[in-house]
Amino acid sequence: MNARNRELLGLVPASLLIVAGFGAVFLQEQTQLDNLSLTYGAIFLGLCFAAHLIIRVRLPDADPYLLPIIAVLASIGLVVIYRLNETLARDQAQWFVIGLIAFAATIIFLRDYRVLERYRYLIAAGSLVLLLLPRVPGIGQQANGAYLGISLGPVSFQPAEFAKIGIIIFLASYLRDTRALLVSRKRFGITLPRLKHIGPLLLVWGLAMLMLVFIRDLGSSLMFFGGFLAMLYVATDRLIFPVVGFGLFAIGAWFFATTVGHVGDRISAWQHPFDPKLYEQIGGSYQIAQSLFAQADGGLWGEGFGQALISVGDSPILPAAQTDLIYAVIVNELGLIGGIALLLVYVLLIERGFRIAVLARDSFSKLLATGLTTVVALQVFVIVGGVTKVIPLTGVTLPFVSYGGSSIVANFVIVALLLLISDRARREARR
Amino acid sequence: MNKPIIRVFAVLLVLFGLLAYFTTRWTVIDRAALQDNPQNKRELLAQQRIARGLIVADTGTVLARSIRRGDGTYARRYPENGLFAQTVGYSFLNPGTAGLERFYNGQLTGRTAGLEGTLRKLQGKRQEGNDLQTALDPQSQQIALDQLAGRAGAVVALDPRSGRVKVMASIPSYDPNVLRSARQTARLNSAPGAPLLNRTTAGLYPPGSTFKVVTAAAAIDSGLYEPTSTVNGDNAIPISGVPLNNDGGQSFGEVDLTTALTQSVNTVWAQVGERIGKRRMSRYMERFGFGSLVPVDLPASERLASGLYCSPDGNRELVSPTDSCVDIGRASIGQDKLLATPLQMAMVASAVANRGILMRPAIATRTIDPEGRTAYENTPQRFSRVMSAASAAKLTAMMQRVVQEGTGTAAALSGIEVAGKTGTAEIDVINDISQPWFIAFAPASDPQVAIAVTIEKTVGGFGGTDAAPIAKAVMESLLR
Repeated sequence: MNARNRELLGLVPASLLIVAGFGAVFLQEQTQLDNLSLTYGAIFLGLCFAAHLIIRVRLPDADPYLLPIIAVLASIGLVVIYRLNETLARDQAQWFVIGLIAFAATIIFLRDYRVLERYRYLIAAGSLVLLLLPRVPGIGQQANGAYLGISLGPVSFQPAEFAKIGIIIFLASYLRDTRALLVSRKRFGITLPRLKHIGPLLLVWGLAMLMLVFIRDLGSSLMFFGGFLAMLYVATDRLIFPVVGFGLFAIGAWFFATTVGHVGDRISAWQHPFDPKLYEQIGGSYQIAQSLFAQADGGLWGEGFGQALISVGDSPILPAAQTDLIYAVIVNELGLIGGIALLLVYVLLIERGFRIAVLARDSFSKLLATGLTTVVALQVFVIVGGVTKVIPLTGVTLPFVSYGGSSIVANFVIVALLLLISDRARREARR
Repeated sequence: MNKPIIRVFAVLLVLFGLLAYFTTRWTVIDRAALQDNPQNKRELLAQQRIARGLIVADTGTVLARSIRRGDGTYARRYPENGLFAQTVGYSFLNPGTAGLERFYNGQLTGRTAGLEGTLRKLQGKRQEGNDLQTALDPQSQQIALDQLAGRAGAVVALDPRSGRVKVMASIPSYDPNVLRSARQTARLNSAPGAPLLNRTTAGLYPPGSTFKVVTAAAAIDSGLYEPTSTVNGDNAIPISGVPLNNDGGQSFGEVDLTTALTQSVNTVWAQVGERIGKRRMSRYMERFGFGSLVPVDLPASERLASGLYCSPDGNRELVSPTDSCVDIGRASIGQDKLLATPLQMAMVASAVANRGILMRPAIATRTIDPEGRTAYENTPQRFSRVMSAASAAKLTAMMQRVVQEGTGTAAALSGIEVAGKTGTAEIDVINDISQPWFIAFAPASDPQVAIAVTIEKTVGGFGGTDAAPIAKAVMESLLR
């Protein structure tokens, strides 16, 4: 069976999942199974099929499992959001359409993605601007002390979601050129590159710190910086780089945790979620405490689809259930089993990403695939880790599952890039 | 470059393992602790979406019901206000639940387990509460409250044949409807006289001479004494080396046990108690229910155990009657370290009334599901056989004399034989403050009601004049 037919077959479980999911929600809501559910299911399956056709025509050799995996994730997300709020689910379905357009555009117009290398400084500068946009007065928005969103008229989005792609492209390109130079000079038995080679990388570290200061979001900067360290390690194969890099990040994070009130609050809420003072405080530990309570109620098997207690009357119990806390909702309704299953789907996605990186022939492709995959993986870790109190809770989305337009569109672009890399790698491997 | 890529993947796998471990921690390992966390209101919040069942008195009077609010949640209302305040309890988001509302929370919220629950969910039915049927008698309860007339105290009456609780009055009381407001809740929590306290099950008082019924039961049932056995009833007989006084310092000479009970002669019963001995007294007390939480369908936190309380290291704690700190002679007349709840003393009367068999007190009789079927039946249960039917009959005759010609004449009902025992526990001899008691049952030949009445710290109070008339009025109402 060729790759594309395997992909088509892989979409069957995703479509079954969405039919079963919508059916369960409808039963719970005591509504008759009406046209609307069929419409949602049909639109979603249509989108999957359209994506499949685009890949079939343009990237016949691309990895066959990526699309089915993201279809499964997206269908879980859509069903859970539908269960929380019908209007949000309609918005989310519309964002899927836009995401698919971005996906198709990337595949069609970026046939040879290596042209990106030519514009690396432009891309880096653009990403930097995007990152700082939320601090621009008038369009920037602050949520829970962090500056992540901007609003232009009716549309609001999170530019960091797109900036992360740009920065990874820049780093992949830059590291491909300098990787040999970075490891060529040794002093006192350890690898010690010249300042002019390490300079731009220190700049990235500075950027991550700047994000802590300007955007004030620990989660996003951890995600960026972690992706950067992974690429640096893959480029140089020297453990010293990520170790020193992580140390520098830790120092910086500690410094800002003790000086920037908002970051410090998040950390104490993480350490003592049930402290009555922090619990009552606005922006305190209420959200993380409620997340843990909701997961405890889920237990091993969950309370059942559509059973989660999200709000009583008009007062919410789980704040930001459709974005930050969507993992807590899933664990509440589907239990530990459901949570682990979701994590396994992400592990499959990440495995595909790294397989593409391993198969790729040239350094740029390897680094790009590694960076994109690591950032998606770390984004899952940052938000699921936040919700489960592994690390302080910060507001990033759960890729393909959480409600959020920018996140959906950006993640579709990431998958398109991975498919492009994979198509080239597998075609070259076949020759 | 492939090796480091695989290593990065391995590191990420470790991080995902961490996520899986922490999810396991919250959902399975620490689950119970999180669900018990006082800040976790999920259970209570979820219940706001459920129409709780009614709580109904025996006559059908609704004691608690749920009303639907605009936002689809339900709120609890108590149409009879404070009539059965501490017994029915309350159910609000704050301060939570108490009383029957708490004890029968699972039934009242209709938490249907197993196959039936799953089927209901599949049918998309909303969770609906079961109604709680009780044996409580609102009219007699009202009489008990009126008779207490604002004096702190408690009245508890039950049917000795089944253990069904008919009256459970505790003063000071409150209106549970005001607990909707946090300010009123805080006020009630710190109010003088502790109105939220259910004195019938959680008020511990020295039972005084009413406890002589327990001593008499042990004396006769053990075969050591007969009602006609005589004992020296002089004043100031040494008990545990210290002379014990009779009421008013009266000396009775050699008296039989019937007279000693009728006249409540302390020295006789203290000597009897000493002869019965700690071991045997302990056994009989246990059969009457002393030494463990008073058994009734209310939350454990609202019940206390009657028995001997010593404070070896400053903290009052329940000890066995065989403990070395116990003066068994004085304990046998309801003094020394003996403390009892009013419900416990009603159980004492009830055991004698029911021919020596003590039935477990029960407030609720059954629950009824929304389809009208009985969901749960609280069938009468035997608590213990305290004494033989013959011993109980002898004791009944003795207690009848108390009401006919002794200290309890104020409880006499016209045309109905009442058996009873007064008690006047000394609280503060100098200021003449005492705790009047009366326990009784009627009709003596075919008992249908057993009762205990006590009034807190009365100046110059006496069981026969203060408590007995209350028992009379409530029994009259219950026997009508």
